[in-house]
Amino acid sequence: MGNLLQVNGLTKKFGGVTAVNDVSFHVGEGEIVAVIGPNGAGKTTLFNMISSYIQPTDGEVLFKGKKISGRKIFDLAHLGISRTFQNLQIFSNMTVLENVMMGTSVNIKTNVFSAGFRLPTVKRDEEYAYKAAYEVLTMMEMSDLLHEQAGQLSYGLQKKLEFARAIVYKPQLIMLDEPMAGLNDAETNTMAGYISDLKEKGHSFLFVEHKMATIMQLADRIVVLDFGTKIAEGTPDEIQKNEKVISAYLGEEAI
Amino acid sequence: MEKVETILYGRRWKSFLGFIALILILPLVVSSQYVFTLLILIGIYCIITIGLSLLIGYAGQISIGHAAFVGIGAYVSGVLTVKYSVSPWVAMGIGMVATFIIAYLIGMQVLKLKGHILALATIAINIIVYILLVGLSDYTGGAGGLVGIPNLSLLGLDLGNQVNFYFFVWSIVFVVILFSTNIIRSSVGRILRSIHDSEIGTETLGVNVTKFKVAIFALSAMYASLAGSLYAHYINFIAPPTFYISFSILLLVMVMVGGVHSIWGAIIGTASIMFLNEVIRFVGHTYFNINGEVEIVVYGLIIILVMIFIPKGLVGILDVRKISPVKSSIKKDVTIKKNVASEKGV
Repeated sequence: MGNLLQVNGLTKKFGGVTAVNDVSFHVGEGEIVAVIGPNGAGKTTLFNMISSYIQPTDGEVLFKGKKISGRKIFDLAHLGISRTFQNLQIFSNMTVLENVMMGTSVNIKTNVFSAGFRLPTVKRDEEYAYKAAYEVLTMMEMSDLLHEQAGQLSYGLQKKLEFARAIVYKPQLIMLDEPMAGLNDAETNTMAGYISDLKEKGHSFLFVEHKMATIMQLADRIVVLDFGTKIAEGTPDEIQKNEKVISAYLGEEAI
Repeated sequence: MEKVETILYGRRWKSFLGFIALILILPLVVSSQYVFTLLILIGIYCIITIGLSLLIGYAGQISIGHAAFVGIGAYVSGVLTVKYSVSPWVAMGIGMVATFIIAYLIGMQVLKLKGHILALATIAINIIVYILLVGLSDYTGGAGGLVGIPNLSLLGLDLGNQVNFYFFVWSIVFVVILFSTNIIRSSVGRILRSIHDSEIGTETLGVNVTKFKVAIFALSAMYASLAGSLYAHYINFIAPPTFYISFSILLLVMVMVGGVHSIWGAIIGTASIMFLNEVIRFVGHTYFNINGEVEIVVYGLIIILVMIFIPKGLVGILDVRKISPVKSSIKKDVTIKKNVASEKGV
């Protein structure tokens, strides 16, 4: 298994505060890696650095051996990395179908003029986007919601929608920022099912999550952050027994 | 399989048919030269406001400087035909291409700005262009304006004739509508609307957001330039004050009154404001003996009232589902709310 994503000594300082301090790990092909840690441990900052939303103070991120830190956000999708957001970034005034069709943008060449003159390529792009979106939405049992306004959906469905949008163009690495947050048990299980199905098909995942049961069930490897520093890395079994992790979660006294 | 476009956005030929019927019927009921002039000017202004609707309503980017691009189009046409005897059609084409390029270059810089700052930057562009129009008096005729701009003629047809020019202008409006709805009903239209909803979300999906914003800004500027050229050849005289900020604001009022999320709204808004303009002028002169620009006061009032009572514009009052090319625009949120939301960022 080659390393799809390699994170080397990533550090982020905000003024005098070090939010992430010298964190290194990797995600292999077809692997699910979870990042966990108490609130304020720097998980989202780490996530944002990997996906180029903020630039690291130090360190670098490699994707398939090529440096990606410092690149434009939209470049990453073209390389094969997609992500979701903790606070959802769906297009609430667009329909479910349109939202997921937007997820195919990477493979769409239509520009203002080809659209205006309605060149033959536009029809091809539209049909491709529609088919891809329809397929994913059917797989996720949302095909009865195609023309619903995304903003009108329940939170759980919006979460599913953002996930569908992130996977529709079949990216190699899918980064999920708290994919289960706010979901009930049934919804959580369904989501976990989608993730392991995609893993079977060779996709890799990097995700931040708080629901321990899900993490232990899904993750191949877990990276634990505390106060911006990586305090442990290992399989779910190893992490559950790790004293540093237990103390970070429960406090020193508990040991 | 049914066409993807139809599945997503329904059919548009009914709106087109209604539009064409209206354009054909109006000359039958209108005989006054005065009303014809008004209808022609409405057509010319519609070309600009349709572009503004794409920019403001769809992409969510404001411009209070589009009069500048109208001015560039008008002056390129005017100067090239009057001073260099270039064919009006060639001049018009040069104006459109030049404006597209100028707007593209400006857009790459100013569209990095957001909200109020972007609005201020576009006002600045308008002022700069105005100063250039006055200052480059060797070419433009300066504050005195440029006279003797020839009428258009097409394949031997004299477009100086009111009725001919009416049909010519509205045919162009139709082409502009066709081109614009083609854009709206494609992946580009979705990208513009998604930028409006979440810029960061759009970027994450691999879309170079700036590229699309700049392209639509330049396209709307090109529409404005086309309208400017038509105006110059119709009125035969142009002067810098026509293309000042007050005109940009008037255009904005038209788009907002009609409904910013629909290009049909732009047309309805343009027509309403133009007629209202005439009414105000008539009433002001006849009953109150006012000779100043009392319209400006009324525009201010209209904007406030529209924002409070009909944020979706006139087109929002009518049954939008039947005339809007975009189904989902009916549920679009209040513009004010949107602005607040877009400033929140991630």
